[in-house]
Amino acid sequence: MAVLVLADHDNASLRESTAKAVTAAVLLGGDVHILVAGLNCAPAADAAAKIDGVAKVLHAESPRYEHMLPEPLAVLISSLGPSYDALLAPSTTTGKNVMPRVAALLDVMQISDMMNVLAPDTFERPIYAGNVIETVRSRDAKKVITVRVTAFQAAGQGGQASVELLDAVDTPEISTFVSEELSRSERPELTSARIVLSGGRALQSRENFTKYIDPVAERLHAAVGASRAAVDAGYAPNDWQVGQTGKIVAPEIYIAVGISGAIQHLAGMKDSKVIVAINKDPDAPIFQVADYGLVADLYTALPELETELARIGI
Amino acid sequence: MKILVPIKRVVDFNAKVHVKADGTGVELSNLKMSINPFDEIAVEEAVRLKERGVATDVVCVSIGPAQSEDVIRTGLAMGATRGILVTFDGELEPLAVAKALKAVADDEKPDMIFLGKQAIDYDCDQTGQMLAALLGWPQGTFASKVEVDGSDVVVTREVDGGHQTVRLKLPAIVTADLRLNQPRYASLPNIMKAKRMPIDKKPIESLISDTAPRLEILKMAEPPHRKAGVKVASVAELVSKLRTEAGVL
Repeated sequence: MAVLVLADHDNASLRESTAKAVTAAVLLGGDVHILVAGLNCAPAADAAAKIDGVAKVLHAESPRYEHMLPEPLAVLISSLGPSYDALLAPSTTTGKNVMPRVAALLDVMQISDMMNVLAPDTFERPIYAGNVIETVRSRDAKKVITVRVTAFQAAGQGGQASVELLDAVDTPEISTFVSEELSRSERPELTSARIVLSGGRALQSRENFTKYIDPVAERLHAAVGASRAAVDAGYAPNDWQVGQTGKIVAPEIYIAVGISGAIQHLAGMKDSKVIVAINKDPDAPIFQVADYGLVADLYTALPELETELARIGI
Repeated sequence: MKILVPIKRVVDFNAKVHVKADGTGVELSNLKMSINPFDEIAVEEAVRLKERGVATDVVCVSIGPAQSEDVIRTGLAMGATRGILVTFDGELEPLAVAKALKAVADDEKPDMIFLGKQAIDYDCDQTGQMLAALLGWPQGTFASKVEVDGSDVVVTREVDGGHQTVRLKLPAIVTADLRLNQPRYASLPNIMKAKRMPIDKKPIESLISDTAPRLEILKMAEPPHRKAGVKVASVAELVSKLRTEAGVL
């Protein structure tokens, strides 16, 4: 048995989600290979070779792979299909975009957002926004899987896999990359941060996120998230949204400020280790899942929190 | 230009689902069913293109039991021009859905197919991408902006960390994300008019022969529930508990 993992990277570096998918791949058993497809992506390929448990890195270079567009990439991955029993990718927007296309080319029904390996053909995955967990056994000879990255620890470092160059596969150019606007932040990335501080509609404006959330996030080295209500109201950018339709996070501490706790928000954060809720409404549903609840007005509680953290030297 | 919009009838997003006592499935009787919210956004986008004169024909297609006619009528009331119901009783997996939709597309020859990015029941997020693969078309998934430009469509996509814009040659697939648009409420006259519009019905067997699931569902269960913790009286107490009791600060 051999398993191929599609690396998530930006050519210069490898995203942590790749090492998490490797952990899932190891659980399937057999040799684990990583495919790094991009342009000038040797640094990412080298980083992939150092992940524990990886036997080989396949490194494909082409301008067509630079932005990981699914049309050429799915053809490349499916061409490797015959050598593998399972093809995995982290369930990031890239993995979710590419892998179903691969699955259809291989005539396989994909297992989306896989969160637990019970056997090499039997898996758990969340449905109904995480309100139900289904156990499925795949009848397909080959498995195509996207891996819920919050459910797996990142594989360690210290591997010494060989890197093998792979030829690009020629495909018709039906899609082209135009542009990308990625938010630049000094803060840790939302899905891999140890602490996440999220604000809800109660923040009332973009300025209040900056004024009240940012100083506390700064002190905690926390990533900043937001509820769908806050994003819809324009107080926070789209990619901050935590929830069923946004990012799924599972940090060590999740602090929800001014968030009532709609089901769709809970679906995105309820696997966090410790949940803290600050809300002035004592009946807010968020308190039903919070380990520590503080009924308070965020406009006084957040400055107090910053002062308190400073006092104890955090 | 013709736009095909596949839509699914799912449990309403406000309904709370429960697993059956024997763990074989989800209890759906007596739950309100509606058009999948992401599909509703896809319909809205197609109808807007029709209103701007870019599209002439917006065809809603649903695969499911006879009651799926309701969601097709929802689409017609929003402004879709025609409806197709592919009848099938039971759960059809995204791969089979994509194959059936390919057969519909081969027949209808649309210039674009708009779908919701995922259905909120099984949360698979696969059908649009699979259909694109089967047709050999480009795909713009998780779209937050769609602009037709001559023989191309320019799609802005919501990706981890921001946005990506791609240019796709038509025909193309677009899957709708949450912020593509705000779907309209259909007016009463349009709802009444939609009730009288004919819907083309065909059994799934006329499109694909293999509907057998590839994934055998062994069990369904509710995840362990988190228990509510404690209320703290002050910020100082909160910080102290996070340090000493939870040991996370």
